[in-house]
Amino acid sequence: MLSYIVKRALQSVLVLLAVGLVAFSMFRFVGDPVENMLGQERTNADIERLRESLGLNDPFLVQYWDFLVGAVQGDVGVSFRQGRPALELIMERAPATLELALVSAIFAMVLGIVLGIYTAINRKGPITNFILSTSLIGVSLPTFLIGILLIYIFAVELKWLPSFGRGETVDLGWWSTGLLTWSGIKSLILPSITLGLYQMTLIMRLVRSEMSEVLRQDYIRFARARGLSERAINFRHAVKNTLIPVITVAGLQIGSIIAFAIITETVFQWPGVGLLFIDSVQFVDIPVMASYLMLISVMFVGINFLVDMLYLAIDPRLRDGKGS
Amino acid sequence: MALLEIKNMVVEFPGRHGVFTSVKDVSLDVAEGEILGLVGESGAGKSTVGNAVLNLLQAPGRLAAGEVWLNGERIDQLSQSKFRSIRGKRISMIFQDPMTSLNPIETIEYQLVETILTHLDVSKKEAEQRAIDLLDQVGIPDPATRIKQYPHQFSGGMRQRVVIALALSVEPELIIADEPTTALDVTIQAQILELIKDLCKSRNLGVILVTHDMGVIAETADRVAVMYKGELIEVGDSDQVLRAPKEEYTKSLIAAVPPSNKKIHRFPKVALTDSDGSALQDFDLKGHWLAAGDVHDATQGTLLDVKNLSKRFLVQNAFLERNRRYVDAIKSVSFDVKAGETFGLVGESGSGKSTVARVLTGIHPATSGEMIFDGKDLTGKSGKSEAAAARGDIQMVFQDPYSSLNGRMKIGSIVAEPMVVNNLTSNKEERDDIVADLLELVGLGKDAARKFPHEFSGGQRQRISIARALATRPRFLICDEPTSALDVSIQAQILNLLKDLQEELNLTLLFISHDLPVIRQMCDRVGVMQFGELMEVAETEAIFEAPQVAYTQQLVSQMPKFSK
Repeated sequence: MLSYIVKRALQSVLVLLAVGLVAFSMFRFVGDPVENMLGQERTNADIERLRESLGLNDPFLVQYWDFLVGAVQGDVGVSFRQGRPALELIMERAPATLELALVSAIFAMVLGIVLGIYTAINRKGPITNFILSTSLIGVSLPTFLIGILLIYIFAVELKWLPSFGRGETVDLGWWSTGLLTWSGIKSLILPSITLGLYQMTLIMRLVRSEMSEVLRQDYIRFARARGLSERAINFRHAVKNTLIPVITVAGLQIGSIIAFAIITETVFQWPGVGLLFIDSVQFVDIPVMASYLMLISVMFVGINFLVDMLYLAIDPRLRDGKGS
Repeated sequence: MALLEIKNMVVEFPGRHGVFTSVKDVSLDVAEGEILGLVGESGAGKSTVGNAVLNLLQAPGRLAAGEVWLNGERIDQLSQSKFRSIRGKRISMIFQDPMTSLNPIETIEYQLVETILTHLDVSKKEAEQRAIDLLDQVGIPDPATRIKQYPHQFSGGMRQRVVIALALSVEPELIIADEPTTALDVTIQAQILELIKDLCKSRNLGVILVTHDMGVIAETADRVAVMYKGELIEVGDSDQVLRAPKEEYTKSLIAAVPPSNKKIHRFPKVALTDSDGSALQDFDLKGHWLAAGDVHDATQGTLLDVKNLSKRFLVQNAFLERNRRYVDAIKSVSFDVKAGETFGLVGESGSGKSTVARVLTGIHPATSGEMIFDGKDLTGKSGKSEAAAARGDIQMVFQDPYSSLNGRMKIGSIVAEPMVVNNLTSNKEERDDIVADLLELVGLGKDAARKFPHEFSGGQRQRISIARALATRPRFLICDEPTSALDVSIQAQILNLLKDLQEELNLTLLFISHDLPVIRQMCDRVGVMQFGELMEVAETEAIFEAPQVAYTQQLVSQMPKFSK
């Protein structure tokens, strides 16, 4: 049990290192930050001096190593563009992205699981057919198009909801939240639906097929033969067995919600880390890009680690060390 | 008055191609304290009768006509919610596979208490106490501790006891047991049947025992009902039906059961009214290319010599050697197989008998030991090519005819594949001729080559497997439980076919089975395995008449006796 946890933790660190390596090897193709940093009257000597002082002349492995050594000490470098520590920049923007991701993850999970269970229990019928056919839209339309459509309908035509920005935020010192003001909540609705729609349909279809499978199992038939009520069979026996495989996929999806927030943030001009990343790419701001990528991978790996632990908690068969 | 009365039951399954009637006008009754055996082959509708009584038919099945009376009360017309108070409370059901009939992620206690609380107005404390008592009654040791455990922590036999405890939890009047011991080993089967018999008598329960196994019926049932294609063929006392059947079908069914008490030359051909008649025609093997092959000289003496063969599997990997866990599937097994004989390997599940077959065919490499086939080393230590050449002479027929044929290949390509892999033929025409020949040989006809596996029944598929195994003209055929997935009449046909092939082609067979009567019919010599060890090797008759080792004695004494 303990060795399993330690093993998973070590694997997680390895994944993080690999992500960083790939990221640094790709930064060389993004462009030269010095082009943007120096003005028109630069000389070759200026360029050379700046490159040397930023460490850009080193091979990327050395740059990566320097980044890692700094990161362990809590210093991920200074933004080339803004001259402020990259970590500070990201932390400033992180609450916006995390709130957006959290709300859309809740939207995707709750609605996905509820609709999935409903359509599994009522396999036929007008409501099920309606849910299934509309869910196809969620899977097949690209995120930005859904965002633009929602803006057109709810912001431009109906004028119910704002089309961009976070609305008013409340500063809690270390965290600025939009959840405490009415305008902040209204601004959250469209982006989080846009961001979560794909994951919602995915989770719904997964829950539906898993649960249909579970409902065909012998232990469900046996439960019915023992005279248990349909309610007990569906919600006590079937749902829990259904959720075991769903947890894995849902965990991965939450990770990708944070990662894919970039597109939604661009469409809705959401002041989150995704937008910061896009700006940084245009300016070749390597410290910010590197910190962002590392942050995303830390989250991915962290969520997966949690999912594995959840698995152990739910499924007694894994606790005996059989599964590891 | 009978406890349960079924009057003129008709069950229909409407489908796209019309309505399929799976139970046709069946009338049965069960008294208190009586075990009624309901017997028939797959598709006979025997399980459907049980499901229909409990209103558990899988959609779109429906009870189209007939009445079900429980203790003088008509129950077939009750609403679903009223029916729930009958299920589990007055009529319980036991399913075939104890491995899948319990919810894997809840404790035994949870499932028992839940069932008790659904039907009885008792407190949670009382229900928990009752649950522990129930486990005690079905013979689970240390019930207070074990009740906190999960299903995967129980063995198959123990799980079936838990299932029985669940079925008994609210003192039902009737139990419908649907193949309750089919998934269990013979020693466990004897214990479970004993338990059901005891409970039936001590609690005055009515029991409907649905099974395909005549031995189980003979040992357990008071009365027997025989079903065929949805119709009730014959009902009567067990002794009368099994020893002096009146109907033709019952006679032919009983004739096909391998007798446990004597060896017969061939199974009588079962003339079922409309089985796939193609399978029954005789085929003249003499003068056939298979028999004419030059490799099939009647060499006497030892063909396969196995010495101290061991196979160890890694169960749990770990960084440190001392933390790794292994299981020894075969522990230093030695035996020899003489040319032309049938050597049987018998044992319960987990005894390592199938692993022996897998190591011999090279599916798993041996951990240590020697395997000499006709002077050639099979372990690969003295050259891979030598082992590969020898393996061309060894072919295998697998247990499950459904998963051992690739569903996306035509039968012709399936049978031709061993010839292609081993480069035995020069062109496609030659291959097609041989495939047509082989399919004729196993009684399917050469037209079968153009079809796909799903167009064939289980027995026909096993014939295809045999044809495929014969394609390399093997001298040594390994049959791993070749008939355990098949009905008894189909089993008789396959066993007859294997005997014919062996005689004509001078094949040597390694026949693996858990079914002792089948072993007795097929084998010249038998090895008995337990926990990976070979306990005893002897002539077949000696094993059955005078077993030497305690384990063999136990095994033979607990096999369900069915003698004619």
